[in-house]
Amino acid sequence: MEFLRPATWAEALAAKADLPEAAPIQGGTDMMVELNFDVHRPAALLDLNRVAELTRWTAEADGRLRIGAGVPYARLIAELGDRLPGLAQAARTVGSPQIRNRGTVGGNLGAASPAGDSHPALLAGDAVIEVESAARGVRMIPADEFYLGVKRNTLLPDELIRAFWMSPASGPQYFSKVGTRNAMVIAVCSFAIALHPGERRVGAAIGSAAPTPRRARAAEEFLAAELDWDAPLEPAVLRRFGELATEAASPIDDVRGTAGYRRHAIGVMARRTLTWAWNDLRAGRTERRAG
Amino acid sequence: MNARITLRVDGRDRPVALDTRTTLLDALRDRLSVTSPKKGCDHGQCGACTVLLDGRRVVSCLILAVACDGSEVVTAQGLVEEGEPHPVQRAFLEEDGFQCGFCTPGQICSAVGMLQEVKAGHPSQVTDDLTGPVTLDDEEIRERLSGNLCRCGAYVNIVAALREETAPSEETSPRAETSPSEEAES
Ligand SMILES: Cc1cc2nc3c(=O)[nH]c(=O)nc-3n(C[C@H](O)[C@H](O)[C@H](O)COP(=O)(O)OP(=O)(O)OC[C@H]3O[C@@H](n4cnc5c(N)ncnc54)[C@H](O)[C@@H]3O)c2cc1C
Ligand code: FES
Ligand code: FES
Repeated sequence: MEFLRPATWAEALAAKADLPEAAPIQGGTDMMVELNFDVHRPAALLDLNRVAELTRWTAEADGRLRIGAGVPYARLIAELGDRLPGLAQAARTVGSPQIRNRGTVGGNLGAASPAGDSHPALLAGDAVIEVESAARGVRMIPADEFYLGVKRNTLLPDELIRAFWMSPASGPQYFSKVGTRNAMVIAVCSFAIALHPGERRVGAAIGSAAPTPRRARAAEEFLAAELDWDAPLEPAVLRRFGELATEAASPIDDVRGTAGYRRHAIGVMARRTLTWAWNDLRAGRTERRAG
Repeated sequence: MNARITLRVDGRDRPVALDTRTTLLDALRDRLSVTSPKKGCDHGQCGACTVLLDGRRVVSCLILAVACDGSEVVTAQGLVEEGEPHPVQRAFLEEDGFQCGFCTPGQICSAVGMLQEVKAGHPSQVTDDLTGPVTLDDEEIRERLSGNLCRCGAYVNIVAALREETAPSEETSPRAETSPSEEAES
């Protein structure tokens, strides 16, 4: 197996262009499981760990954050938890502390598992994925258009993920995951919500309950139209939001749970996270609480 | 394909030529005879292979050795200084934090890494107040060591060892003012 170790981003893009079948590896927490069990035997590995810019994040002139694909979850939580609370909550539930010291959002996006924990938070928070190739330069892809199918994303063979862009939270955000316990649990299903009080809009997305992570669009549109931002949450609005979130799901039965259970759980998580977020908003605080 | 790399293991430079597919765990155990990291699952799930890589706890079964060229690797064996066990190792001995011992080197490296994370103020899944320093109560210890399984079920004494280790007068934790009796309230 060929092992490529580019030292810069330009070298990494050139290597990927030369050898499109080379599999990138960042934290390795997905890729190595496949290698150790011989599920996958790539002709070559493209180790991105020496590309320093992938492990940096910056606050950009337009107010958004640009976070390198190789920033591990542990750093995301410690350094950006205040600005990206929904994503940080999701990151805190990934694997174990050891996995979070290595695993990255870039790797989660590369793997594009419907159960990946970062996806609902990226979707609800309007993240944009920056990908690049040597031949065609940068493409900015809204998270919403990034996932194509089970473990499939829109990356072309010569492209690499450079970063994701997200605005710091403008209101309360929550992530909720159903699993048997915290450590090592692949989500049975998950839900993320982000309130944007300035725009009187709510972002909502589901995980592990459809072939791809996806936005709960009808639920979002319903809230944009019906939510009275200056009043307590109406039970009827809450109920309808839960129903519409459930309708966004098209889950399957598998070892982790039945489709019926997943639908039920999505509705519960939708109502619960909206209630938490609404209470925070009413209490005038935007910082997160333990999820 | 073979590669020639140098790992700095437990304070010593260890040059080694290996197949690029070799994991750090296999390099340590099979090529360098550093056997304190154990192979429980080769899957990232049990934590028995935990080492400190450039100071951070990682599972060595999910890292390629070639990607660690020039890195500093500390195993449980390397925590011993001049024949003296590390304070965390001593605490495990004093509290009987093991039975068969298979998971222990991983538990110890994980605990040492964990204490550094606490010192740096990193919140865990169960930390409510994300702004203040972390209070290392039993719930926090359990959560923060959740990446290490013990098939003998020595968990109660492992928690006791770390409670002991972080009790007043120890300098490893910024929570020196928290006594075990206070923790019982939470
Ligand atoms: C024990 C265990 C528990 C886990 N628990 C969870 C969990 O609770 N929730 C969860 O979501 N995941 C979990 N995972 C899966 C994994 O940790 C995450 O998906 C993580 O985000 C992967 O990141 P990584 O950097 O390690 O990816 P890698 O393994 O390095 O890469 C993953 C994929 O992304 C591609 N890739 C990586 N970087 C790039 C890039 N810059 N450009 C293009 N492609 C790229 C790789 O080619 C590969 O296909 C777990 C894994 C283990 C071993
Ligand atoms: S052997 Fe590495 S985590 Fe189990
Ligand atoms: S002491 Fe036997 S596995 Fe933990």
